[in-house]
Amino acid sequence: MTLLTVNDLWVRFPTRQGIFAAVRGISFELGQERLGIVGESGSGKSMTGRSILQLIRKPGQVQAAEISFQGRNLLDLSEREMRSVRGNEISMVMQDPKFSLNPVMTIGAQLMEAYLQHNRDNRQSARKKCIEMLNAVSLRDPERVMNAYPHEMSGGMGQRIMIAMMLIPDPKILIADEPTSALDVSVQRQVLSIMDKLVRDRGMGLIFISHDLNLVAEFCDRVLIMYAGRIVESCLASKLHEAKHPYTRGLLNALPRLDNPRAHLEVLQRQDDWMHAPLEQTQ
Amino acid sequence: MVSVTSQTEEGRKPAPFPPWLRSTLATLGSITATLLGLLLVTFVIGRVMPIDPVLAIVGERASQETYDAVYHQLGLDKPLMVQFFYYLWDVVHGDFGNSLLTARPVSQDIARVFPATMELATLGVVIGMLLGIPMGVLSAVHRGTWVDQTIRVLTLVGYSMPIFWLGMMGLLLFYGILGWVGGPGRLDIFFEGLVPSVTGMVLVDALLAGDMDVFWNGFFHLILPASLLGYYSLAYISRMTRSFMLEQLSAEYITTARVKGLSERQVIWGHAFKNIRVQLVTVIALSYANLLEGSVLTEIIFSWPGIGSYITTALLSADMNAVLGGTVVVGLIFICLNILSDLLYKIFDPRAK
Repeated sequence: MTLLTVNDLWVRFPTRQGIFAAVRGISFELGQERLGIVGESGSGKSMTGRSILQLIRKPGQVQAAEISFQGRNLLDLSEREMRSVRGNEISMVMQDPKFSLNPVMTIGAQLMEAYLQHNRDNRQSARKKCIEMLNAVSLRDPERVMNAYPHEMSGGMGQRIMIAMMLIPDPKILIADEPTSALDVSVQRQVLSIMDKLVRDRGMGLIFISHDLNLVAEFCDRVLIMYAGRIVESCLASKLHEAKHPYTRGLLNALPRLDNPRAHLEVLQRQDDWMHAPLEQTQ
Repeated sequence: MVSVTSQTEEGRKPAPFPPWLRSTLATLGSITATLLGLLLVTFVIGRVMPIDPVLAIVGERASQETYDAVYHQLGLDKPLMVQFFYYLWDVVHGDFGNSLLTARPVSQDIARVFPATMELATLGVVIGMLLGIPMGVLSAVHRGTWVDQTIRVLTLVGYSMPIFWLGMMGLLLFYGILGWVGGPGRLDIFFEGLVPSVTGMVLVDALLAGDMDVFWNGFFHLILPASLLGYYSLAYISRMTRSFMLEQLSAEYITTARVKGLSERQVIWGHAFKNIRVQLVTVIALSYANLLEGSVLTEIIFSWPGIGSYITTALLSADMNAVLGGTVVVGLIFICLNILSDLLYKIFDPRAK
């Protein structure tokens, strides 16, 4: 079942040197699967995630033939209707919990707000729901966490709270925008497996945005590789290492590997014609 | 149940004092030090001024014996340190000496003029806050649009127009032509002395006495100068609010709030605004302190018997006791407002605890 269809998506920013296109006409579909979007900084992967939720602020412009969620074209919705989609149907986890949680509100207040925004419920049962959710992301002593402030939490705890907060209204799609880049390597995996489990149990669609090829290959079903605002290659995660596009090959070769140690890692060589290359299907 | 912070606390030695006592002691200590510094400065100013305090009292034609007697009486023959301690002792007992101009104790004079300024400044800062904060927020939210431009021009005018000109034009228009407000002074002459002076603030005294006629008369006299001062502090408050808000609105937690599906109003007031309260407290406390210092020009134009014109008059006629007394009071206000804003910090920012 297709949850999300994106067709010919462009994100543009007017600058002094003219219009800059961060995303240049990309199209993809998302089902109840885990889709990875990989690319370097500035390749437009975050912009893609944010434009689905229509969170690109002015003067940025989003244009697409369609961005439809379960058959509804999100581009036709009013801001009010869009608000009932955000959080409720499509949600997003951001990079660094140190900045993405409000520092002067208790964690409980922020969780309850996320839940009560889309559910008519009294505070008591909302609180119960939040505590259940904190348990689900394996936080110890959720009662105490509810009354704590974000600065009292570690990065890993913060990101688990973020995941709990974004999943509590029970959305169909989760966009995870570099959810582990700000975390210690030791807790990255732990946080990812918690997210992975919740997403699978609930039959959700996941868009996992990352620059880490190995993580994406491990936690996703399908991978899109973006370069300069375009999708240059799309393949199954299990077949990522057989990818053909020179950019993907370059990214793979630039990674150190334990099973194949080398004295020199290759430096990524970029070619101008990749900017205009059509999508190469390898599925 | 294992508490989240217990692991970090276990390894530490227990503090000799409970934390609240320690912070209170620290605050008291810093207040005392600041006050001592302030008094030392005023004392030194009083001693280095090229004004002979004895001559000021006895007059130029007094005999040498009279001069010496007063010199001795004032303790000027004692060492400077001893003099300072005398000064301290007097100030602690609320004795700033007598004013040359009014021939009354300075403390009594201040008790008369300060409430007048306080009444004016309080209403002024309330007006500045009630209008300035929403204007600043609006300006930040609609950054770069005509709303932002209009507000910025309005506040710039408030900042750059000389207040005496605005005051005179205001009097001309609203009192002279339209007759909407009362003229200069705190009350019309028929209302003066009708209510007993308890706090020295006309509005409060009128309310305490339950006399609404006096209250409204006082209010109509107060509203124009207070609006002027309000306009002036509004300019500062809204400009600062705008820049604080702009900083917060670009923060990542604002995106989180939008992802949750909150309305812009919830995002702005429920999330961003909560984060600028601490900074706003400082700005408002500063504005308030500035107004409490007394705005001489406004007080003169509106014949307002406040502390600003009192200190200025005293300074111009070399009435040092009155000047120093006034300075100590103004300094005290700053210290008190600082303590108050520190307290508010702890309420508004959980990280300050």
